[in-house]
Amino acid sequence: MENTPTLVLNDNVRRLIDAIVIAEQRHLAERRSEEACACTEGMFPRNLPTSRRSFVFAAGSTAGAVLAGAASAGEQKAPPGAQFYEVPADPTKELGRPVGADGGYGSRSQFETEVRWRFPTANEYTSWSMSPLDKIVGNLTPSGLHFERHHGGIPTIDPSRHMVFVHGMVQEAKKFSIADLKRFPSTTRKYFIECSGNGLTEWVKPTLKSVQGTHGLISTSEWTGVPFATIAREIGLKESAAWVLAEGADAAVMTRSIPLEKMLKDAILAYGQNGEAIRPEQGYPLRLILPGWEGNTHIKWLRRLELSDKPFMTREETSKYTDLMANGKARQFTFEMEAKSVITFPSGEMKLPGPGFYNITGLAWSGRGRVQSVDVSTDAGKTWYPARFDTVPEPISTVRFSFPWLWDGKAATLQSRCTDETGYVQPTLAQLIAIRGANGPFGSIYHLNAIQSWAVSADGSVSNVHA
Amino acid sequence: MSMREICRGAACLALALAALPPHALGQTPQGPYGFGSAASQEELADFFAIPADGRRLPSGSGDAARGAKVYADQCAACHGAQLEGNPAKGIGGDKLIGGRGTLASSTPVKTVESYWPYATTLFDYIKRAMPFNAPGSLSDEDVYSVVAYILSKAEMIKATDRMNATMLPKVIMPNRDGFEGDPRPELQLYR
Ligand code: HEC
Repeated sequence: MENTPTLVLNDNVRRLIDAIVIAEQRHLAERRSEEACACTEGMFPRNLPTSRRSFVFAAGSTAGAVLAGAASAGEQKAPPGAQFYEVPADPTKELGRPVGADGGYGSRSQFETEVRWRFPTANEYTSWSMSPLDKIVGNLTPSGLHFERHHGGIPTIDPSRHMVFVHGMVQEAKKFSIADLKRFPSTTRKYFIECSGNGLTEWVKPTLKSVQGTHGLISTSEWTGVPFATIAREIGLKESAAWVLAEGADAAVMTRSIPLEKMLKDAILAYGQNGEAIRPEQGYPLRLILPGWEGNTHIKWLRRLELSDKPFMTREETSKYTDLMANGKARQFTFEMEAKSVITFPSGEMKLPGPGFYNITGLAWSGRGRVQSVDVSTDAGKTWYPARFDTVPEPISTVRFSFPWLWDGKAATLQSRCTDETGYVQPTLAQLIAIRGANGPFGSIYHLNAIQSWAVSADGSVSNVHA
Repeated sequence: MSMREICRGAACLALALAALPPHALGQTPQGPYGFGSAASQEELADFFAIPADGRRLPSGSGDAARGAKVYADQCAACHGAQLEGNPAKGIGGDKLIGGRGTLASSTPVKTVESYWPYATTLFDYIKRAMPFNAPGSLSDEDVYSVVAYILSKAEMIKATDRMNATMLPKVIMPNRDGFEGDPRPELQLYR
């Protein structure tokens, strides 16, 4: 990058970044131990049955010892979210499991190992976990891999005792149980949620190695619930109402002030995620969904909405989630997540086995509406080619894109660039820094939506670079 | 003759529909649905969120002398004896004071003192979420006191000043005017 001012880190941020780099390395090392040879790192793990099993079984058992049935029950363990079962030599020669043996709720295959991992903040109750974007296929994020951000741990809430109160500048203050909310006509939409801190380690220099680390704070779900507008009609709004305080029932009693205009436009009081109840980590039993707005505003464990004439200036909209510019002024209420995209394959820490055809693929999204187009470059942005959409663009949802690439075996730099339906074009990091200044990672840490670059070297290894 | 005998398939549907009053095809109530129930004053009484004008600050008061005790007992382990923060593993309490004049530098230090625009937010947040391991456990007197202690350590009020619903909103924080609205989309990107 030309003319980029030098950025300096303070101790806190340096400590945090050092810790996350170490944590990422640990996770990558675990993943590497699953694969037999370096040439398949992070890619094409087929034809490696023994090495895959060595992960499935307890660490320490050798590949030879784990051939079907050899390991004792105590040693057998499945990855999170899976059950361990003996693997028959030939599944066509013996009966499978009886129907219903899973108790009526399925789990993923014992051979699927991807997990989200936690950003190693000092305190594990106020922390976040990243979605494994390099392993996720399609467009929706499995509920169990949806990224998380909590400020006071994950509460356990009995839905039969949970109420959401709607009060303040209203005609009639009311409370609604989850059962009450389910009686209203509902709406179902696929929306992404992105933490405004997604990529905060990447302002100064390429820091994390994998796309899970650089971009893992974005996930997409199908959300079901009641539009706030329906509730607003139910209780009646007073003329003076202009803001709504949303409050969660967690230990942080999380609060954000939301402009009423947004609430009436498309806010949803959601009880459903991907066809079932919202996961506890995502706000069970009720979450405020504010399509396209920074993740922190999507208040989880929603227990209260207070209509007011002014914002409340809560800690999360003053001390945090504000963007300090180089001139010392901070932007406040920077709600929208702007157009962004990232190539998830190939991406950092993968290794291309050799020249040939690769289907480059990634995700693109915009908080302002539909993704209009995505371009891909293999020469660090000198030339751009239109990518193909593998999913139908929907407003404020991710789009899976792809681009057929014949790699000639020479060094290449892969980038993707998203344009949304408002005509906004995803900027470069240099453009963002030129506007927001150079106090990056502890000044304006939020809202990094710059173009991501992955360098492919002649030996096929892929790494995070600023280009 | 019954309905079943006279109609078949689509013809039957048309007949059945004709028999219904016209609004029966999809009815939205004229007024509210009537779901949910009234929220009583008692139920709402414990909720709070305190905007900058101090509206809804509770009664009671506190000063830095009492606040120093509250702080030592309930906060110092995580935020440091000198309010300098504690980054240790398992703790991670923020630095609470210092950093004035650093915001426009290349190493800005954001604390209650240097960055927070309103003292009312400090009351709201501590009452809401601190101590981190026992949120919501402090009395209003203790919250006023520890707020007074932090503000006096930050030299925003005198050590003898009492904080209450009238005084707290009057405290002018150094970075009160440090915030501006969202200018995005940034016009520079359209040049
Ligand atoms: C067990 C450790 C712990 C204790 C005890 C504790 N805190 Fe905290 N405090 C934290 C953590 C962790 C955070 C950051 C929370 C987050 O990430 O949202 C925090 C955040 C804060 C903040 C916000 C700082 C900022 O710049 O945003 C204030 C103010 C605060 N605490 C005051 C107090 C006071 C006053 C007490 C005593 C009554 C107290 N804390 C007790 C751990 C603690």
